[in-house]
Amino acid sequence: MNAPHQLSIRELSDGLRGKKFSSRELTQHFLKRIDTLDPQLNSLITVTAARAQRQAEAADARIARGEAGPLTGIPLIQKDIFCTQGVRTSCASQMLDRFIAPYDATIVEKLDAAGMVMLGKANMDEFAMGSSNETSWYGPVCNPWDLSRVPGGSSGGSVAAVAAGLAPVATATDTGGSIRQPAALTNLTGIKPTYGRVSRYGMIAFASSLDQAGVVARSAEDAAVVLQAMSGFDPRDSTSVERPVDDLVTGLNQPIKGLRIGLPKEYFAEGLAPGARACVEAAIKKFEELGAVIKEISLPNSPLSVPTYYVVAPAEASSNLARFDGVRYGHRAEGVKNLEDLYKKSRGEGFGAEVQRRIMIGTYVLSHGYYDAYYLKAQKVRRLIYDDFKRAFAEVDVVLGPTATDVAFKLGSKTDDPVAMYLNDIYTIAANLAGIPAMSLPCGFVDGLPVGLQLMGNYFDEARLLNVAHQYQQATNWHQQSPKGFA
Amino acid sequence: MSQHAEWEAVIGLEVHCQLLTKTKIFSGASTTYGAEPNTQADAVTLGLPGVLPVLNAEALNMAVKFGLAVDAQIAPRCVFARKHYFYPDLPKGYQISQYELPIVAHGHLDIEVGEQVKRIGITRAHLEEDAGKSLHENFSGMTGIDLNRAGTPLIEIVSEPDIRSSVEAVAYLKKLHQLVVFLGVCDGNMQEGSFRCDANVSVRRKGTEKFGTRTETKNINSFRYVEKAIEYEIERQIEVIESGGKIVQETRLFNPDTGETRSMRSKENANDYRYFPDPDLLPVVVTEADVARIRGQMPELPEAMRDRFMSQYGLSKYDAVTLTGERALAAYYEAVVKSSGADAKLCANWVSTDLLGALNKLGKDIATSPISADALAGLLKRIADKTISGKIAKDVFEAMCAGEGDADAIIKAKGLVQITDESAIVKAIEDVMAKNPDNVAAYRGGKDKLFGFFVGQVMKATGGKANPDALNRLLKEKLAG
Repeated sequence: MNAPHQLSIRELSDGLRGKKFSSRELTQHFLKRIDTLDPQLNSLITVTAARAQRQAEAADARIARGEAGPLTGIPLIQKDIFCTQGVRTSCASQMLDRFIAPYDATIVEKLDAAGMVMLGKANMDEFAMGSSNETSWYGPVCNPWDLSRVPGGSSGGSVAAVAAGLAPVATATDTGGSIRQPAALTNLTGIKPTYGRVSRYGMIAFASSLDQAGVVARSAEDAAVVLQAMSGFDPRDSTSVERPVDDLVTGLNQPIKGLRIGLPKEYFAEGLAPGARACVEAAIKKFEELGAVIKEISLPNSPLSVPTYYVVAPAEASSNLARFDGVRYGHRAEGVKNLEDLYKKSRGEGFGAEVQRRIMIGTYVLSHGYYDAYYLKAQKVRRLIYDDFKRAFAEVDVVLGPTATDVAFKLGSKTDDPVAMYLNDIYTIAANLAGIPAMSLPCGFVDGLPVGLQLMGNYFDEARLLNVAHQYQQATNWHQQSPKGFA
Repeated sequence: MSQHAEWEAVIGLEVHCQLLTKTKIFSGASTTYGAEPNTQADAVTLGLPGVLPVLNAEALNMAVKFGLAVDAQIAPRCVFARKHYFYPDLPKGYQISQYELPIVAHGHLDIEVGEQVKRIGITRAHLEEDAGKSLHENFSGMTGIDLNRAGTPLIEIVSEPDIRSSVEAVAYLKKLHQLVVFLGVCDGNMQEGSFRCDANVSVRRKGTEKFGTRTETKNINSFRYVEKAIEYEIERQIEVIESGGKIVQETRLFNPDTGETRSMRSKENANDYRYFPDPDLLPVVVTEADVARIRGQMPELPEAMRDRFMSQYGLSKYDAVTLTGERALAAYYEAVVKSSGADAKLCANWVSTDLLGALNKLGKDIATSPISADALAGLLKRIADKTISGKIAKDVFEAMCAGEGDADAIIKAKGLVQITDESAIVKAIEDVMAKNPDNVAAYRGGKDKLFGFFVGQVMKATGGKANPDALNRLLKEKLAG
């Protein structure tokens, strides 16, 4: 039998209910792997061993009573952007290094209620601002496929941990690609659902109109079962949508014959590395073999995604991060002269360079006399991007393209060039601006480094995306590859 | 008042009115005033990382009610916006308010100044959250923060610059105050800050169209202070301009101790609030059906009630205005009329003069009145059925105020039943006349004024209980001889 970290969630759940192993044993297994392997990766900010033990014992008792659900007793890692009561919730910032959240995020409540066991809190880019996990105050995360390379960001800790088998699954968040790009760079399956499908309550806000929680896992099936438990209307989040959650699991096995797949020509233009292109094109062939109908489409406003995003996201971030002022919680500077000094020093010390850069951009675009030219204009362009997808989904069922322009890059290679870093998200940002669901799944390797394939769907079409991904994964084994040294 | 006949003041008022919801505008924390500091600050109030606002539907209802009461347009779609500034009592670093699309716009309120009715435009009224309080005393060099008030729902009511004097300003404010209290959307407690005012004041030479540069005097929390602050500001501005100076656009603070305003910050130092629509809150849609439903919940408004009191009860405008000053008072009056069956004007006199006078003396209000409407009606019934005279009734009323029981019990215990038996009154008259033959002669000789003397003597002899009408009539007969 495979080791627990090589099993799917369904296999783990069957094993738990079949008494092949207990949740305590599973938890121990993963905690031990974290202990021995994470020093190479730095994927976790906080390990919550005692809490995990308690949850595992409760899960075992629940299993013994015959009350277990599909996730009861399954360990996971929470991205450190979700508030967890009694546990440090840092958002990878010095600002919140000593912040112990006094409440649980809705998704933490939901996954706890499902019986999942939290092993710890994942490293990330500071306040989720970054595409390489190099802006964390707790240091960069290394890619388990090549320790000299980035795992992508901002959910770099979540993906590194799952790719290295430190947990079966992890939560993540995606504001401009922060689930999909790191999933692509670490050979994982990651899904960002429709905006409003998963509650944002207790998820520390970066850009409120774009932020959406999701999951990174080793297969579409694993992702489906966890996303199912996370999703749903939350009266504490006014932007969550009051609409029943589709069954994401039952439909996974439906054949995809006749599925209409659109290939946006803008996603295959200049800028896509040849190796990555070859992997994506091979995947398209595979979909044709599975009976899908491939059609070229156009998303003409795609080139406007990155500039639009870098107005909207910093604007909202500059506002959302105003609460970190050193007054009630978080970092407070010592030896200040007056109130203004308290603000300047606390924020100057507590926030890293990338966060400060985005606060400044955001403050600028919202300021008097510039609002119309930047923020308002960006909102109008956003509408055009939304219209592009509306037209596309009148013709096709899903849109397919690359997730990232290339495989994982070297640590430190783009840190001095913010614009080059921002262009990492060129294929992922549009889905956030439009609010549609999107996912990344493994589709091959270039020189031993994983390449991701992106699927985008219509609003609330998560079930279809997961079905398409699962069918692809039934026909391929890219997603089953594990990085050497973490087998 | 300005001595400067060639000058004219232009005044616009912004009133912050706390809404009487049980919980805060965006969270379930209580809004009760006076609790221990920070005991009503939940995660949302504290602006903890990750929390989100959810609109309190009751706050929206109240804002719509206000809008309907001032004949305004209710926006079918309104938007919450974030207003940014840093201050320790503003937990999120921004206040959730409304900017471009407020819930209420284009209303008006008619005020009476002397005999004239003047219409004051209401530009807009928007929903927003209140900030907390910074406490600068008792912290030896430090500042305390109390966030109990943070997140309390407010409507900010912005008038057009239609007001031309401090007198008009106060008339507008009082009218507005009465209205929001009547509507039950605000408790109107100015000392606790439930109803507070910012005054925008400028002056211009009469006959000019263009507005002068204005100043904004912040947070004035009594009618008298508003009057004083505006008067001070008008005088100050005229003096500055007449002595060749220029008015600077700025925010000023009123000092109630000196009656003066002083500069707080100039326009150059004004915050750039960086308003933008709050992405955590969806635009609020108010349908025509919502408006109709809320219209159905509207109480009778002060003016309509005043007119009805005049026509239904035959009251003077003065009495009608007094009795409709507060909804509780009006309800009290109507209960007295209904329950006593007495003459509506008599009831009006008793409520507006005797009852309000007594309450004033006791430092109480209608809600805490020691005499219920039923109890007062019980007394007025005895006047109506001539059991006691109006004069005796005053004594009974005093005894009731002192807690001696209801009217009937007091009348019985003190033996105050009016003497209506004419033979008893005649006997008393005859006794008095027998004891005062000189005065009888003088009266009959033409000294009419002595009539009062005889009334007094007979009343004294009967312990004040003689029926006044009967006494007058019988005394006249007897004295005529």
